[in-house]
Amino acid sequence: MNTQELAKRVRIHVLHMTSRGGSSHIAAAFSIADILAVLYGGGVMRYDSRQPRWADRDRFILSKGHAGAAVYATLAELGFFPTEELEKHYHDGSIFSGHVSHKGVPGVELSTGSLGHGLGVGVGMAKALQLAGNPARIFVLLSDGECDEGTIWEAALFAQHHQLDNLVAIIDYNKIQSLAPVAETLQLEPFRAKWESFNWSVREVNGHDHEALAAALTNLPEKPGKPTVVIAHTTKGKGVSFMENAVLWHYRTARGEEFDRALAELERT
Amino acid sequence: MRDRFIQTLCQIVEKDPRVMLITGDLGFAVLDEYRRRFPRQFINAGVAEQNMTLVATGMALEGHVVFTYSIGNFPTLRALEMIRNDAAYHGANVKVVSVGGGFSYGALGISHHATEDLAIMRSLPGVTCVSPTSLGEVTEATKAIAQTPGACFLRLDKDKGPDGPTDEPFVLGRPRVLRRGHDVALIVTGGILSEVVKAADELERVGISASIYAVHTIKPVEPGRLVEAARTHRALVTVEEHTIHGGLGGLVLETLADAGTCFGKFLRIGLDGCFSSVVGSQAYLRTTYDMDAASIVRRTQKLLLS
Repeated sequence: MNTQELAKRVRIHVLHMTSRGGSSHIAAAFSIADILAVLYGGGVMRYDSRQPRWADRDRFILSKGHAGAAVYATLAELGFFPTEELEKHYHDGSIFSGHVSHKGVPGVELSTGSLGHGLGVGVGMAKALQLAGNPARIFVLLSDGECDEGTIWEAALFAQHHQLDNLVAIIDYNKIQSLAPVAETLQLEPFRAKWESFNWSVREVNGHDHEALAAALTNLPEKPGKPTVVIAHTTKGKGVSFMENAVLWHYRTARGEEFDRALAELERT
Repeated sequence: MRDRFIQTLCQIVEKDPRVMLITGDLGFAVLDEYRRRFPRQFINAGVAEQNMTLVATGMALEGHVVFTYSIGNFPTLRALEMIRNDAAYHGANVKVVSVGGGFSYGALGISHHATEDLAIMRSLPGVTCVSPTSLGEVTEATKAIAQTPGACFLRLDKDKGPDGPTDEPFVLGRPRVLRRGHDVALIVTGGILSEVVKAADELERVGISASIYAVHTIKPVEPGRLVEAARTHRALVTVEEHTIHGGLGGLVLETLADAGTCFGKFLRIGLDGCFSSVVGSQAYLRTTYDMDAASIVRRTQKLLLS
């Protein structure tokens, strides 16, 4: 399966999952579908879905845990567990909580949901791998709004001080947070310069362009001794026209006619 | 207690390459020997306790046993959500060590008084909470938490507590009986044991026979000893340099209620719903807030006469 097909399937799963479960954050999940497809399906990350705890695997942490549906869907498509399991998402007694959970879910390294936790844990993993001489890498996917959290910058300081060049942060920079655009909430710009001033290597990329993503996520580190941040410019709600760039779809669940229209659009891609 | 902890940790680290110590930029001079001997097992995370706890979790998930080290409320309350969501929920081997329980930092002020940490930390699922009452217990507790899977909390007092010998072995979760009397059981956690011992001596002089129960482990706690204390004394007095709400006092009441044990008179000595805003040394504050030896004697006598 190529990465375009994987991303399409992930979005369709997410639409079904959030609709069936009545959960929110569909737009945040659509925003990262292409990033996940390239990481897992584009030969970027080393892993073995039959041995999820393989010691030399690259580790992936979804720090923006609210987009968990997209991660569950990706892992299922890649054989970590059957895709039928996804039908239980958000249901009573299920292992698939709205915010990503590791309990009983093969392939999920860390449960998140409270923002600002994933990068620091990833930094700790990267430090341990560095000490052990393990060549595995750590990929941490963050949201833009999450960068309001002070812990992101605590972790950023630590990572560069310890020269964790086995660490890659990817920021889903869709420029919309919970209530309003990032620019109207807490301005992050000049964003690239912030990371550069923290002594990270910075790559910027169109977060929906698979070739560009694959290029940005390979041949790392850019500079030995430096952690890398990939600022992925994305569109929140990407893939369904009426969800794109709309704050509403951070929370709304697609049902009825909206569901049918969304599914039709995704299937056309 | 701090120095004893570091000495014990050095002994553990010598034999276990998995162990790491991460400090939140505290431990001037105290950590020198450790740093010199074990540079690869030492990290200064800077003044960033939340990230320190996150990093510790990440390292623990990769197989390390990680001690985080800071003072007062910094490694606990400041990093509370990281302890809850990351370390505890993931069963990570993160051992949170706080130097300066209660009023240890005296005149430094309220920011440095750890007076709610036991209540808060013991409410977290899966977190073993230890609050040694003497130097001997610091040694034992440090060894014990290094061996205990999952997140742990070690609260160290400036007061080293009395270091008298005891026949009782240290067992995590089992309160130790330090003295057997028959009128009142003084139940204590932390270094304030030193005040309790003095109080028990004074009570003896005025004809009141007091037992002392050292509750070094706040969580988990075996109910047996506390039930025994309730059944064999007509009054129970808990003493903690901490709020009486949800700490040792709450723990003892919950344990007895859950065990269906009837008990006689009961008094919780500790901070009663106030901040320790008075300025003074640990000894001064204990007196001010009615938990020094003389206050324990006076309040126990009043309880028995009530």
